[in-house]
Amino acid sequence: MKNFLKLIFLIIIFIGFQNNSNTAEKVEYLKTDWSFKGLFGKFDRAALQRGYQVYTEVCSSCHSMKYLSYRNLAEKGGPEFSEAQTKAIAASFEVKDGPNADGDMFTRPGKLSDKFVMPYENVKAAQAANGGAYPPDMSVLVKARGGGVDYIYSLLQGYEDPPPGVTLDDGVYYNKYMYGNKIKMANQLSDGLVEYSDGTNATVEQMSKDVTTFLMWAAEPHLEARHQMGFKAIVYLIILTILVYFSMKRIWSRIETKV
Amino acid sequence: MSDHEYTPKSKFGKWFNDRLPLLTLANHLTDYPTPKNLNYWWTFGGILTFCLITQIVTGLVLAMHYIAHADMAFDSVEHIMRDVNYGWLIRYIHANGASMFFLAVYIHIFRSLFYGSYKAPREIIWIIGIIIYLLMMAAAFMGYVLPWGQMSFWGATVITNLFSAIPLVGEGIVTWLWGGYSVDNPTLTRFFTLHYLIPFLILGLVVLHIWALHVPGNNNPVGIDVKKPSKDTVPFHPYIVIKDGFALLMFMIVFAFFVFYSPNILGHADNYIEADPLVTPAHIVPEWYLLPFYAILRSVPDKLLGVVAMLSAILILAALPWLDTSKIRSAVFRPLYKQFYWILVADVLILGYVGAMPAEGLYLLIARVATAYYFLHFLVVLPVLGLKERTLPVPLSITESVLGGSPNPAIAKNKESLNN
Repeated sequence: MKNFLKLIFLIIIFIGFQNNSNTAEKVEYLKTDWSFKGLFGKFDRAALQRGYQVYTEVCSSCHSMKYLSYRNLAEKGGPEFSEAQTKAIAASFEVKDGPNADGDMFTRPGKLSDKFVMPYENVKAAQAANGGAYPPDMSVLVKARGGGVDYIYSLLQGYEDPPPGVTLDDGVYYNKYMYGNKIKMANQLSDGLVEYSDGTNATVEQMSKDVTTFLMWAAEPHLEARHQMGFKAIVYLIILTILVYFSMKRIWSRIETKV
Repeated sequence: MSDHEYTPKSKFGKWFNDRLPLLTLANHLTDYPTPKNLNYWWTFGGILTFCLITQIVTGLVLAMHYIAHADMAFDSVEHIMRDVNYGWLIRYIHANGASMFFLAVYIHIFRSLFYGSYKAPREIIWIIGIIIYLLMMAAAFMGYVLPWGQMSFWGATVITNLFSAIPLVGEGIVTWLWGGYSVDNPTLTRFFTLHYLIPFLILGLVVLHIWALHVPGNNNPVGIDVKKPSKDTVPFHPYIVIKDGFALLMFMIVFAFFVFYSPNILGHADNYIEADPLVTPAHIVPEWYLLPFYAILRSVPDKLLGVVAMLSAILILAALPWLDTSKIRSAVFRPLYKQFYWILVADVLILGYVGAMPAEGLYLLIARVATAYYFLHFLVVLPVLGLKERTLPVPLSITESVLGGSPNPAIAKNKESLNN
């Protein structure tokens, strides 16, 4: 029994260790308190709403979010804008629709069921507008980077002048958290860039944290439901395990062998 | 099959059982005499059955929503994660379930190695087990390709390209496997078909595996034959059922932690980037459970020989019952083998570790030494050890060893680990 637990434990450590060694690059990422980590982790609603604002006003001019729909913004566990707010948000975008009865494409205001409008028609157009680099879709970006939220959070604040000896081509910038330190996205955030409607001071750090929280939700829209269900499931399993353990002891007490 | 005649009590039961002896089978399964000294390492057979059923059931639901098309696979997985009711739960159970399946199968295999469960008269059980393990690897590999992320695509490219190492016909075989001149839509659709098929082949083999097990009965920590039924055995139900159930619940708690609190820790971040044939990831690594074999593959400088080494590393296991010349089954009574056993465990863990690292410098050297030792263990250590090793006296019956009635101090000392 003891050996059994020991082995399970060792294996978990081993797997964890191996995974860390897969992703660990030499730089230490900036750390901050993420409200969505831990057994009961939940998103900070206000941070999600502010993060959405940063995304729309800053990121969305280049980065698409093709797996999200405007309705998601009103859903439970997300930014939870009211339905009226969400409809207004959707309607502020022009959506291409059609063909109509005459066979023509037309534009109309966005609806809740529409996907987030993409900044570019296609990948080629995005590349053409960005010096050959494709600004990645942000829907699952947090999960698609080894360092996850810490990486994105750090990257947004990691712009520096290149150290002596490093030469940068035109349209390439130095970022100490980027893989290889060279990034084709210019520094986008500066203090006071957006004006938060809730009066929060829009420092670079604050905006980075808010938009990263928003990206985490975008990548894992059911994170809160998952944490809630996980806690219940594990408590249930532990209680059941204890009950089964005593039943087992009882049954095995019929013979002299220990279990 | 059963050791005693069984007649159903009801008239209908008797009528039915005469035509299809399902009740006899059920009776055999409940009464099945099991050695009473089995420790918790023996619960992983049941856990593995649970894993297989879980993968089949969750996989079935996923297949209802998944679209096997190069342009739509990635989108459909995101659709499952976002819009399908509890789709995230089903997918995370399925994805982490594969890892849990391999975790359990490795424990199951290493239990077999420790207690000599592969030895006569259980060779067929063992060989069927190896075939199941091979099919599991094939299923897991193809399943990893289905989300059509970067690691899916490039993993598929690397692994299918291994076949090009075959002289003369290699290139032709690879083209045939791909259904084209690169990994593309035809590759994806056939992988999906096979990924759907293999679990049912495994299920069939599991039935044979258990059938073959029920002929000689379970091996046990002492590794001696038991008379059945006797004082040395307990009926499968309720004794083993409740014990397996308890162990399964403990396993499920670990499983649940992965699913609910770190569902992506075992996967690779690159697989959340949609497959792009024009961009190669910095490091192409397989899932953790294939890493030891990946390390063996890369430790050989020649491509063909590397593939041969990797395949031999798995197939050599099938010859194990004949490579191990010792008459004694359990490592408990083989002090030297026990030490080599733990060295092998460490060796495989090291191979897994270097498999995740870039194949260069010190890592490559370690991989080569560990690969050489892996084969040395099976081809030299085991045959020689069986002939040379001085083993400890084995008790006459399980009851003797369980009750500590043996005058042999070594056995009394080992009692703790036997009973657990």
